[in-house]
Amino acid sequence: MAYSDKVIDHYNNPRNVGQLDKGSAEVGTGLVGAPECGDVMRLQIRVNPETQVIEEAKFKTFGCGSAIASSSLATEWIKGRTVEDALAIKNTDIVKELSLPPVKIHCSVLAEDAIRAAIGDWKKKNGVAEAEPAAVTAQ
Amino acid sequence: MSTVVSQIEVPAGVNLPIYMDNHATSPLDPRVLEAMMPFFTTKFGNAASRNHSFGWDAEQAVEAAREQIAKLIGATAKEIIFTSGATESDNLAIKGIAEMYRERGNHIITQVTEHKAVLDTCKRLEKHGYRVTYLPVKADGLIDLEDLKRAIDDKTILVTIMAANNEIGVVQPFREIGKLCHERGVLFHTDAVQAVGKIPVDVIADNIDVLSLSGHKIYGPKGVGALYVRRRNPRVQIAAQIDGGGHERGMRSGTLNVPGIVGLGKASEIAMQEMDTEAAYLRGLRDSLKAKLESALDYVHVNGSWEHRLPGNLNMSFVYVEGESLLMGINDVAVSSGSACTSATLEPSYVLKALGLGDDVAHSSIRFGLGRFNTQAEVDYVAAKVIDIVQKLRELSPLYEMVKEGIDLTKIQWAAH
Repeated sequence: MAYSDKVIDHYNNPRNVGQLDKGSAEVGTGLVGAPECGDVMRLQIRVNPETQVIEEAKFKTFGCGSAIASSSLATEWIKGRTVEDALAIKNTDIVKELSLPPVKIHCSVLAEDAIRAAIGDWKKKNGVAEAEPAAVTAQ
Repeated sequence: MSTVVSQIEVPAGVNLPIYMDNHATSPLDPRVLEAMMPFFTTKFGNAASRNHSFGWDAEQAVEAAREQIAKLIGATAKEIIFTSGATESDNLAIKGIAEMYRERGNHIITQVTEHKAVLDTCKRLEKHGYRVTYLPVKADGLIDLEDLKRAIDDKTILVTIMAANNEIGVVQPFREIGKLCHERGVLFHTDAVQAVGKIPVDVIADNIDVLSLSGHKIYGPKGVGALYVRRRNPRVQIAAQIDGGGHERGMRSGTLNVPGIVGLGKASEIAMQEMDTEAAYLRGLRDSLKAKLESALDYVHVNGSWEHRLPGNLNMSFVYVEGESLLMGINDVAVSSGSACTSATLEPSYVLKALGLGDDVAHSSIRFGLGRFNTQAEVDYVAAKVIDIVQKLRELSPLYEMVKEGIDLTKIQWAAH
């Protein structure tokens, strides 16, 4: 299978690999996928409680090159966004950016799931209801 | 910033990319090409032309090749039928026997890790009123002879079980299988594509009635194969699946692929002469590769029986690293993976699953297929490269990190997707 240059670049130089302190109230962790499916992504965010901006994002992924690239790209994109902005990222954006072929679309879906799971975990920890808009912060 | 790019030095005398996928196909031996060349150019005759020297030369070359192939497997020349390859040989053997012996019975026995050429042929026959038993394999990839004994009934006409597996290289007890078949009056066909030329196969001593082999797995050309069909004790009859000019004693019509056949003959001759030294050489390379990988990496294991295995095969799982991502990192080495992330189904290898391996471990497997033209320097490079990439990908693997922290992955509620 031929990989796009962007997938190869993320695979060769994955951005934001690592781990954040799961116990911290500012950190949200998303663990999605399953080993038997050949894909597991763990995406973590550290959110500034004042601004709700994602100041740090880290990932680790077990999966094919496209899965690694999708999660690496996801961390790059969510960094610097508010949690609500980050939720606007769609898997189709990832497909487009990385030129993923149809058999690899599930990798992008998983990356979107990972973003949502990490944000969901952070919201739960901080008592932010899923349905409500995020607390308005004075700018 | 972390990086997966490898900086392993390429030893002198090693050219990239390295080919280490000899179960898929093997390079043509230059001696084989040399033997074939005249039959593309000056000696282009049709082996069935009886009226001129072009035809006679071609026929003579075909008969010489038939002799060379027969010798390699302990058969006689008249028992060799030329085909387009092992897939056709398997189809012809199984369908041809099923059709010919239909009145005697409709039951066929095979096993779950066969090549698709056998499995899909059997599945088709099931649609036409045949009954097929798919024997399981044990964790080492071998069938249990007791299972086979129990499966044979008074309607069984054929047992078709491969000599050696293409993915995990395990060698089935084909001599014992053949003996059992002969005791019970059942024909025994074996897909010996991976075994012929690599380990001794003797159709008489091994009680084989019908055998499929292929040119391109033994450093011969693609597009040519053969089917051995026993002529006595018992005389096996096969219904032709291709009709036409009545070539190959009526069993396989079609103008013979003379250059291909000459190549298969030459490849068989070389294999016969060099099998012992080559097997020892490949075993040495293979064992060295395994030792290097095992000494540097944790959570690796060999898939399938180590004892009953082709000399050039190493199938290994690098747990917590997904196979396709590993292949991507070692892209100057041609090997293959049991991970099917590249296929539309996303299902890992059915062969590895048949051993009882979890999907996660199957997704982590790599098949190294060592061959005649591989060198120790190549093995050194491949080992270093694989070790480097596995270590880097494990730095990226949440599973490896969790296991290292003492988390039991089986206790986690994974959301299958």
